[in-house]
Amino acid sequence: MSRFLLEIGCEEIPDWMIVPALNHLRGAVQGLFDEQLAGARVERTEATPRRLALFARDLIARQPDTVELVLGPPKSAGAGAAAGFAKKNGVTVADLETETTPKGEYFALRKKREGREAVQVLAEALPKLVLSIPWPKTMYWTSRNGSRFIRPIRWIVALLEDSVVKFEIEGVASGRHTHGHRLAGAGPIEVTIDDYEQQLAGHGVYLGAAARRERIEQGMAKLLDGSGHRIEPDAALLETLVYLTENPTPILGTFSADYLRLPREVLSTVMRHHQRYFSVEDANGKLAPQFIAVMNTGADPDGLVRSGNERVLRARFNDAQFFWQGDLKRPLESRLEDLKNVTFQAQLGSYYDKTKRVAALVESLGGGAEAARAALLAKCDLTTSMVKELTELQGVMGGLYAREQGEPENVWRAVYEHYKPLSMDDSIPSTKAGQFVALADKLDTLRACFGAGLIPSGSKDPFALRRAAQGVVKILVEGGTGVQVEETGELGEFLLDRVKYYFREVRGFAYDEVNAVLAAGWGNLPDVLRRLEAVRAVRPTADFEPLAASFKRIRNILKQAGVEKRGEVDEALFDNDAERALFAEMNAVTGAVHTPGVTYPAALASIASLRPHVDHFFDQVLVNTADERIRANRLTLLCNLLTEFSTIADFSEIVTEKAESGTHSS
Amino acid sequence: MSKPYSFQRMIFRLKQYWDERGCIIQEPYDVEVGAGTMCPETFLRVLGPDPYRVAYVQPSRRPADGRYGENPNRLYKHQQLQVILKPAPEDVIAQYLGSLEAIGIDLSKHDIKFEEDNWESPTLGAWGVGWQVMLDGLEITQFTYFQQCGGVDLDVAPAEITYGLERLAAFLQGVESVYEIEWTEGFSYADVRLRDEQQFSVYNFDVAEIGTLWKMFELHEGECQRLLAGWAKSEDKDRYPVLAAYDHVLKCSHLFNLLDSRGAISVTERVAVIARVRKLAVGTAQLWLKQQTKETAA
Repeated sequence: MSRFLLEIGCEEIPDWMIVPALNHLRGAVQGLFDEQLAGARVERTEATPRRLALFARDLIARQPDTVELVLGPPKSAGAGAAAGFAKKNGVTVADLETETTPKGEYFALRKKREGREAVQVLAEALPKLVLSIPWPKTMYWTSRNGSRFIRPIRWIVALLEDSVVKFEIEGVASGRHTHGHRLAGAGPIEVTIDDYEQQLAGHGVYLGAAARRERIEQGMAKLLDGSGHRIEPDAALLETLVYLTENPTPILGTFSADYLRLPREVLSTVMRHHQRYFSVEDANGKLAPQFIAVMNTGADPDGLVRSGNERVLRARFNDAQFFWQGDLKRPLESRLEDLKNVTFQAQLGSYYDKTKRVAALVESLGGGAEAARAALLAKCDLTTSMVKELTELQGVMGGLYAREQGEPENVWRAVYEHYKPLSMDDSIPSTKAGQFVALADKLDTLRACFGAGLIPSGSKDPFALRRAAQGVVKILVEGGTGVQVEETGELGEFLLDRVKYYFREVRGFAYDEVNAVLAAGWGNLPDVLRRLEAVRAVRPTADFEPLAASFKRIRNILKQAGVEKRGEVDEALFDNDAERALFAEMNAVTGAVHTPGVTYPAALASIASLRPHVDHFFDQVLVNTADERIRANRLTLLCNLLTEFSTIADFSEIVTEKAESGTHSS
Repeated sequence: MSKPYSFQRMIFRLKQYWDERGCIIQEPYDVEVGAGTMCPETFLRVLGPDPYRVAYVQPSRRPADGRYGENPNRLYKHQQLQVILKPAPEDVIAQYLGSLEAIGIDLSKHDIKFEEDNWESPTLGAWGVGWQVMLDGLEITQFTYFQQCGGVDLDVAPAEITYGLERLAAFLQGVESVYEIEWTEGFSYADVRLRDEQQFSVYNFDVAEIGTLWKMFELHEGECQRLLAGWAKSEDKDRYPVLAAYDHVLKCSHLFNLLDSRGAISVTERVAVIARVRKLAVGTAQLWLKQQTKETAA
């Protein structure tokens, strides 16, 4: 059993593409093993911006030999046929055997297939396999017809224990030489499987992502040790830096406290998004005039890296200060006209048009004056210098400018938060006015895009409509707007999908509970939530699932009989106590369910109490009786029962163990 | 530490470095361009299979980036050093890093990162993939492997290295404003260029006559179209003035930028005007390619 090491040396791969590529490589190599070198397994994969590395073990040296039996003509066909068969297979008649089959005796040949050396199997498969890694955007680097990869491949290490697995990709031959950090130990460096990782470490490369993450985290902790300060956590930034460096080393820089007069949002965005620095807070949670940059080198002996980064940040902050002061010279509202020159979407007009639509929508949804004012201001920051430079601050800047210019808190906060929620984990706007603006903005985008036929399909969603719809759902459920969903058609279905997703994935309801409750109506989403909670509470009680099974049975009976409408039940046609008892109980439960102030759990408990009466009914009564009138009356009774008690949830959607029997109707 | 290079010595040193690596050292192209990429030395030379290596300083004009000389880091016209290596040598990045050492940057004391930054120019029908090179957190270079130019897939992928010379000089000299850069002893960047920035910002933003700019745009567009249309019937294709047609493309591109900074191009017009320039650029690139490869079929 042998070990195998593969390293693809590459020019700097974009950080965010590395992990998916590595996962693909792992899967593809394991697939190759399973098919050709059974028993081998990929043990570990690692990557830096300049290398994808894979460690495997338990490779057999050689595939086992196999024997294939090739049947020839029947023996009865005679010597001529045998000679032909032998010739075709490149053997002599003496090599043939006789194989007895149920159909008689046949000439046969046992063809021995020799297993191939693992080294050969790998050498043949690897070039194609490496080039099959799917990248978001590939390039060629030798010629137009050359191989495509994310960036030029510059070296390849491929070792099966001590032997090189020999192959070539775009003129680069595999071997036993790697390269170290660009500046701290370039190479080439001869390696073995045993010393590969140590050799890299000795040449300025921490191969493991975990090791680099730890270096960054521990280094930052050490820099702030004893100061009472801490970094503002940013998991995405940390991950970026882990895959942007081979030798990450954090350094602490400072900036003039004068800049702290700028909004924290601006400072933090410049540091984190634009310079990839961690921002630092003091013990009171206020922004400190410090930052942590992560270098891709081991040390900053003369402090040059630190002063260089400080200088860059100063220039950035100066720009921001210039933008902040310049933008404030104009009232936000005066920028509304300028929005005529900012395209929302080619087919859907400008942001001015959108603003007008959103403001009208806020009004028609009952958002009130503050929300309407916020809707008017919401997009005005798009023409500010700050947002042109720091686009991720759109909305936030508008809110901050509105605050500076004296808009009331409900207005500026609504502008500030109107892009929320940015994801399912993000919170919705904190004020009602903000919820109205956010809701109307997203609904408008959805309606406009669907109206223009710009409907997401599969993974293609260029206008982020799923996120918009998700935001609509989250705001409607968790906010206090009281707005009902009235969308129909394709957009209605699209929203319904997001509603289901929300209740299942975000709120953790079972899919059948969600289906049952939504089948009873979903225009009022906070009400959907209350009904779902009631169903979840009642579900474990003894009567609930059996009753649900009975409801399913009733639905099937009605479907077969073609009964859809409720009607008057004629008590005179009852000929059985079970019928009478069910009817009486139904009326009692109807009364209980409709008592003012009754809660959903209480109503569901009452409905569940019908179970013995329903069971008794089915035990004692044959619905499909010969007498047409009695039969119709019984169907009406069941129909009334089903419709009356399906307003909280359609119980027949609940999946029960008994459900199967319910489909075979009586 | 020895005194850092002046602006012009830094440029001499870089030119010398690339001269030593077999590059033609060209002078700036004398028609206004928004980036060194647009010069014929890049835009046309990257087309086709023939090897080429060239380096040149190119003043690049972006009217909308002007700040009346008041912003320490933004300029209407900045200088790029543009290097084209076609085909890209295997050690192209090491060569590039060597050029930084050559102008006095001791890389063992600095932090270099290559961060993804793909380049695309819709007006030129061109794109490539590459990085912005970050030196101690400062973007100093755009490094691109070209893939397409003028809508044509390139036969070989050249490396384009574009140095931002003002940034690099400010970094070397440790000054906070580009205007404080020492151009040469006794002369600052402001001495040489401040008036230029002030006056052209005024012209580009406030004074340029929109009607006149449109007229000029249309004249250049018309002349370019006339030349493109004349190719098919030309009997002297070897000497057909494709290069002259390309000058008119550059004029159109610059006039478009001027109109844009003047706020004269509405949203709806914008896409359409870009498409007009692109059509000229793509047409010229295709003729150039035909001319170089002696492919005479129209």
